[in-house]
Amino acid sequence: MRRRLPLSLHLGAALTLLLVAMALLSLLWTPYPAEQVRVIARLKPPSAAHWLGTDHFGRDVLSMVMVGARNSLAVGAAAVGLGLAAGVPLGLLAAALGRWGDEVVARLGDLVFAFPAVLTAILLTAALGAGAVNVVLALALFNSAVLARVTRGAALAVWRRPFVGAALALGRGPLSATLVHVLPNIAGIVVVQATVLFAVAIVNEAALSYLGLGIQPPSPSWGRMLGDAQTYLFTAPLQAVFPGVAIALSVMGLTMLGDGLRDWLDPRHRSSGVM
Amino acid sequence: MSTAKQRFTLAAAAALALAATSLTATAQPRTDLVVGMALEPPHLDPTAGAAGAIKEVTYANLFEPLLRVDADGKLVPGLAERWTVSDDGLTYRFTLRPNAKFHDGTTADSADVKFTLDRARAADSVNAQKAYFAPISQVETPDPQTVVVTLSRPDGLFLFHMASGDAAIVAPESAATNKQKPVGTGPFKFDRWVAGDRVVLVRNPDYDGMKPKLDRVTFRFISDPAAQVAALKAGDIDAFTLFSTYEALPEFRNDPKFVVTVGSTEGETILSTNNARKPFDDVRVRRAMAHAIDRKTLIDGVLYGNGVAIGSHFPPHREGYVDLTGLYPYDPAKAKALLAEAGYPNGFDTTLRLPPPPYARRGGELVAAMLAEVGIRAKIEPVEWAAWLEKTFKGKDYDLTMIAHTEPLDIDIYARPDYYFNYRSERFNALNDELNRTQDPAKRNALYGEEQKVLAEDAVNGFLFMLPSVTVQKAGLTGMWVNRPVQANDVTGVSWK
Repeated sequence: MRRRLPLSLHLGAALTLLLVAMALLSLLWTPYPAEQVRVIARLKPPSAAHWLGTDHFGRDVLSMVMVGARNSLAVGAAAVGLGLAAGVPLGLLAAALGRWGDEVVARLGDLVFAFPAVLTAILLTAALGAGAVNVVLALALFNSAVLARVTRGAALAVWRRPFVGAALALGRGPLSATLVHVLPNIAGIVVVQATVLFAVAIVNEAALSYLGLGIQPPSPSWGRMLGDAQTYLFTAPLQAVFPGVAIALSVMGLTMLGDGLRDWLDPRHRSSGVM
Repeated sequence: MSTAKQRFTLAAAAALALAATSLTATAQPRTDLVVGMALEPPHLDPTAGAAGAIKEVTYANLFEPLLRVDADGKLVPGLAERWTVSDDGLTYRFTLRPNAKFHDGTTADSADVKFTLDRARAADSVNAQKAYFAPISQVETPDPQTVVVTLSRPDGLFLFHMASGDAAIVAPESAATNKQKPVGTGPFKFDRWVAGDRVVLVRNPDYDGMKPKLDRVTFRFISDPAAQVAALKAGDIDAFTLFSTYEALPEFRNDPKFVVTVGSTEGETILSTNNARKPFDDVRVRRAMAHAIDRKTLIDGVLYGNGVAIGSHFPPHREGYVDLTGLYPYDPAKAKALLAEAGYPNGFDTTLRLPPPPYARRGGELVAAMLAEVGIRAKIEPVEWAAWLEKTFKGKDYDLTMIAHTEPLDIDIYARPDYYFNYRSERFNALNDELNRTQDPAKRNALYGEEQKVLAEDAVNGFLFMLPSVTVQKAGLTGMWVNRPVQANDVTGVSWK
């Protein structure tokens, strides 16, 4: 019997797809070059020529939002991808080693968690200079700690289950048991966590770009668009609306996708038993 | 809380004023003033820091140099009521005001002046403009009211420099604590400093000169542009100086409750170029950049038209100015040709470092876009002030940067061998030496003109525009400076109608 997919999964997937589609489209086409400056046509309200209007340098806001989507996704994907690549093996290792190995990974995680992700990013950009690469590194560091912790917790629970014990008794080594039995059973949890971290990465990138530490001009970034728009709150309030809506919808989409995936993958919600 | 209270007081005052007019004649004009500033000073000792905000609070209000610069840029008496210069330009004799006192009650006499000048030129001096004091060879005090300063070489700008905030006269008793509790000789004295919010000055009842009409001046620091506009509209600020949210100006101009003045500063805003670094050591490359930059669009985009273009390092409002803005008209094709001639037919990659002020961050973005049009790919690198001062200004480790040079009459920086432009020109240095030997104003102006031409021909930096001095103030306020001949918010002549 097919289970009904949660509504949040539908909505989340749709919004995320829209975001990805916009980003991909921006590779092939934007209404105007996103970096094209035309001071004479600045701060124009939405019109047939510029669907979302123009910014303070006369750049087309729709084009900037599209390329901004690509930049946000790229930063998010890199931050989460690196986080997965480092965090998941560390978490699996901690669970498999137990005792002191577990302890070392847990303490390293504590060290990272002592500083909020945005603060780490600010420190890093202060030391190494502002820019997308350093933002990705800082967010990836934070993500790998989160993912290591989540992976470890989930893996430990799987290790305690009888079928893993049985596999070990039958002569499987810890590495083989991890790959064959543990990893597939925690994949869902990790994917859900990664989706949520993706949303967090987009917000953090926007926050850092808003502060001028993230993606550098001329490449557009939603956060910087918001930061620029702040000056015009009285004169051209629409400037803040479009990048704001873009950030809100993307984060909402990814969070709902994560929630939906969790509901869908959660064994307690499953109609048929076997995992 | 305080804002609400203030607003209530205002409303009450307005109601009272109304009642008073209907009953008798007019209400008393206000005697307090709230000045808005974008930046908070790091401390309040003008003799120990380069931050303009220090002088904007203290100059002429709290501290007095020997001479002062007035609203029109002219030298007027400060702590010295008169002065003479010897014919060879080496001996300066200052006569101090007889009854001048510091705010702590001690007398301000020639010993204090000697202390101040010796402190500023000492080896361990932390004065931001030590070069101003370098020509001094000796300071003598024949009597408590007379100071005789002897120079080792003529310096045509010596009096001008002695009128700067950096030369404010301080007392040995209080010099060490001026940063937090400034003690000067001015018509206002320090009341309190609420960090992150405001500095309050009150009238100095013992001032021996002309007494100001205001009895209380509050400097409030609001860095956020939207909050600046909101504070003005709410009536919390009486006058916002060096207002840089230019896009909001039409609104204030159309509102009869406000008066907007646009004047000039001494801030030549330039695209500073590292003349020692390839490819900028080639004059053709620098000229190509000059042709690539459209000043009109830049002024429009960054200042909303409220600025004047420059073609060299000299402000148009000063005598001796030569208009050189036509030397490199905006011409991308010519720029590309010059780049090709210099061996860069496909342009080159470089870095444009930008300090925090909006004119730099915004202007830099536009300049980078203009340079990209001719093939110069400038990567933008935003930096904080401390990092800019350390790496760019002191370390001279940069390609391009954008900055307003706000010190008045500072064209001589191009003669300094260790300045961060890394520019060296025998022609310019010779002109500068001659300028220092020359006292005659007409000849000085001619020499200034020659200097400007040399800098423009060498296209040392990208000469962009003068930073405007925009003040948004409440109608009924008079005496605020329109221009900024020195970094100052001199409110000694301000009053309410």
